[in-house]
Amino acid sequence: MAATRAALSLWRRLAALLGSLLGGLLAIGGVRAADLPEDTGEGLLHVYKGGGVTAAGPAFLVRKSVADRFSLTGSYYLDAVSNASIDVVTTASKYKETRHEFALSGDYVYRDSQITLGGSTSHEPDYTANRFSLDISQEVFGGMTTVALGFTRGDDKVGKKDSPEFSDTARHWQYRVGISQILSPRWIMSLNAEALSDDGYLGSPYRAAQVFGAAVPERNPRTRSARALMLRVNGDLGSRDAMHASYRYYTDTWEIKGHTLELGYSRYFQETWLADAYLRYYTQDKASFYSDNAQSETLYVSRNRQLSTFDNAAIGAKVSWLWRKEPGKYEVKFNGAYEFVHFKFKDFTDLRSGDKYAYSASILQLYVTGTF
Amino acid sequence: MSPLPRAGVAALLVLGATLLLGGCSSVSVPTVEPWVKPYERERLADPIMRFSRSALPEKHIEHVRDVREGSRGATGVQGGGCGCN
Amino acid sequence: MTPPSLVSRTLGLLAFALATLASPLATGAVATQASAPDFTLRTMNGPNLRLAEQRGRVVMVNFWATWCGPCRQEMPQLDRLYQKYKSSGFVLLGVNVDEDVRKATDVAAKLGVTFPVLLDTDKAVSKLYDLSTMPSTVIIDRDGKVRYLHRGYLAGYEDNYDKQIRELLK
Repeated sequence: MAATRAALSLWRRLAALLGSLLGGLLAIGGVRAADLPEDTGEGLLHVYKGGGVTAAGPAFLVRKSVADRFSLTGSYYLDAVSNASIDVVTTASKYKETRHEFALSGDYVYRDSQITLGGSTSHEPDYTANRFSLDISQEVFGGMTTVALGFTRGDDKVGKKDSPEFSDTARHWQYRVGISQILSPRWIMSLNAEALSDDGYLGSPYRAAQVFGAAVPERNPRTRSARALMLRVNGDLGSRDAMHASYRYYTDTWEIKGHTLELGYSRYFQETWLADAYLRYYTQDKASFYSDNAQSETLYVSRNRQLSTFDNAAIGAKVSWLWRKEPGKYEVKFNGAYEFVHFKFKDFTDLRSGDKYAYSASILQLYVTGTF
Repeated sequence: MSPLPRAGVAALLVLGATLLLGGCSSVSVPTVEPWVKPYERERLADPIMRFSRSALPEKHIEHVRDVREGSRGATGVQGGGCGCN
Repeated sequence: MTPPSLVSRTLGLLAFALATLASPLATGAVATQASAPDFTLRTMNGPNLRLAEQRGRVVMVNFWATWCGPCRQEMPQLDRLYQKYKSSGFVLLGVNVDEDVRKATDVAAKLGVTFPVLLDTDKAVSKLYDLSTMPSTVIIDRDGKVRYLHRGYLAGYEDNYDKQIRELLK
């Protein structure tokens, strides 16, 4: 009840906010205008292999401008998952499952503003997730600053395989604000903040927690509120190369605190090659109710390793080859990306060996992009 | 919930707004003129300087991380670029 | 404090900030009815070209760069106008601001440009004209006075250019 009232007053506030914002945007004079995104066609083959899980599939994206001010984007994503992860092998048996996702969005450019409306739906045999989003971005200060606001609303339906009596829902809200600022002809930075809110069934009906050595179904809170803040800097280094650095801080009401640090370098070779290399480091603190093997009875308990204390380190590289280019007409590139990541858990035990769990994973992406 | 991120975000936004207002002639704040001219944006227009280059692979990798890590969000504003028109 | 309340407040602040940004930018050193600032630049083919020597003709100066999408879109349209009016006392000068001259030459050739392309590698003329947008198009009458200043390019602008050139050629 309180959640519904809060949601309604929130919608009213959001409507008022958007109204004032749009009014402000339309009142702004000047002949400057944001650029509509280019027409694009992308095809991707993605593979993830690690920790006993293999997930692979194709994905496609098409973006086409319509009537000079509108642009429509449609995408399809398929994930075929073969799961023999540590949770699955220690509590159940290996399974295969497929997830489909469709997304459609529209961009509208008016003077220096861009408005994007999007929706997506994701289907798995036991989980459906629907999302709706609205993003507004505005170029100000001679085009040196871009301010953006965004909102996403999600509705999920959670089911359980072979248990038709289990049915629950989850709702999500995300509010984003960001500023991108040109610092000099060679340096640009951006600061993004996001508030995330979740309500409903936020766990997994298949996962078990461990209390006094015995397996019990996990008990998660039915709400979660989070904040994330990310700072990014890109700099041109003068010899057809650039560096990238980013840091993200995350905190939520489950008492998880996460830090993400990424450093990257990109360089052009000859006329047609572009290569990137990066290092990424992630560390997090556990959720307040997480326990590898709880030694007391608590209201909430979970042994979900995603909520445990762990860190991971990754190294990645990307290569892009320009196949054909006609300036002002089209450009086609073939690309490959590979990442190797190692996870190390501090308070999640590998029940098969008794040691703290650790695993490595590889992520491979092969994709072709065409802009027209 | 720690008050620090909240205050930090609000402060940064107020700072940003003040900076932006500096470009407005109807408000009597000491004005700051944009110091990077439109004809000086050659390096910034290069795809190598974009925060986001290809939507699909980035979406995939963000999904891979969201599923395995506790942190989510704050990944996205584009900006910079050619700044034309 | 619940998430919506903090977020609404900060978003409300931002909406206010954006709504007050009603300023078009300073118009710069080039104002209509004033004399067009004179300059001399090297052309792509070699010899220098001076603006003041074009007195008596209607001159269109178009500032462009290879990295500017709308500029590349505009160039074929400008070339059409050049071909149409060059025998009536019209001259079109394309001022390129790329750092790499070879890239400019390459793109100009690919776009099939026939009007003179001048090289402003050190951005001195761009600064002189205090460009606030890329591309920028200045139309100068036979007496060397700036008559029209166009900032940016959207499809359809070339029809305006056509009308204005014809008017000044009379």
